[in-house]
Amino acid sequence: MTHTRRLHLKTTLLILLSIILGPLGNVFLGKAMKGVGPVFSGRIPELGQIVSRVLASGYIWLGIACLLGFFVVHMLLLTWADYSYVQPATSLSYLSLSILSYFLLREMISPLRWLGVIVICLGVFLVGRTSPSTTGAPDRA
Amino acid sequence: MREVALLFFIVVAGTAGELCVSRAMKSIGEVHDFRPRSILRFVIRSLRLPWMWLGVTLMSLGFFSLLAILSFQEVSFVVPVSALSYAAGAFGAKVFLGERINRNRWIGIAVVCIGVTIVWWSRK
Repeated sequence: MTHTRRLHLKTTLLILLSIILGPLGNVFLGKAMKGVGPVFSGRIPELGQIVSRVLASGYIWLGIACLLGFFVVHMLLLTWADYSYVQPATSLSYLSLSILSYFLLREMISPLRWLGVIVICLGVFLVGRTSPSTTGAPDRA
Repeated sequence: MREVALLFFIVVAGTAGELCVSRAMKSIGEVHDFRPRSILRFVIRSLRLPWMWLGVTLMSLGFFSLLAILSFQEVSFVVPVSALSYAAGAFGAKVFLGERINRNRWIGIAVVCIGVTIVWWSRK
């Protein structure tokens, strides 16, 4: 296996992991914050009360744990791959996020929103066809 | 209006933070060893870099804005709209990290932006 192929395989595997962890984290955060209620309905003195309600939610910690896992994977990726490659490539997570929001949060996603998410993924596909690193290695795209 | 302000923080502070983290990571170099001990050493090493801390601070600002907006907006709306950070990220990566962004990447990023616009139209 050539170095370039190995690099692509390693990049793909870690991107896949981040596609699952990132959205799952956001879904848990959404669930926690919906439980707390709109934070702008209160005044400044009520901020402490809101913060304690947020911290007491189990879902917030579950969400943070998933996002921390995502963050470590993301950091590992950025040690060899370009930021402008990693960021769009991991955005395939928008599709998995929509699916998770639909099933876990029961959010009604309109056809227009699905279309938007699919267009975002199409953009991601176009970006994904470029080389992961343009500063360290010759661009093969 | 408060939606727009929070989304601005999510996109701008979040992207600037990631660019700082990316700069810190590039100074460490490519990781080859994935054993837990090596990963822990890698995390500790990265925490000694000032760029890392600046990045984490900015990303925290973006994160608290995300929490605030999620308290009254749908996850399936907020997260796709925050994909606007692709455009911000590409400009930042070009200027700040010296990454070369070829035509295909720009086309992809433009398509992502069209998708974000469509999701914005689906706002309830």
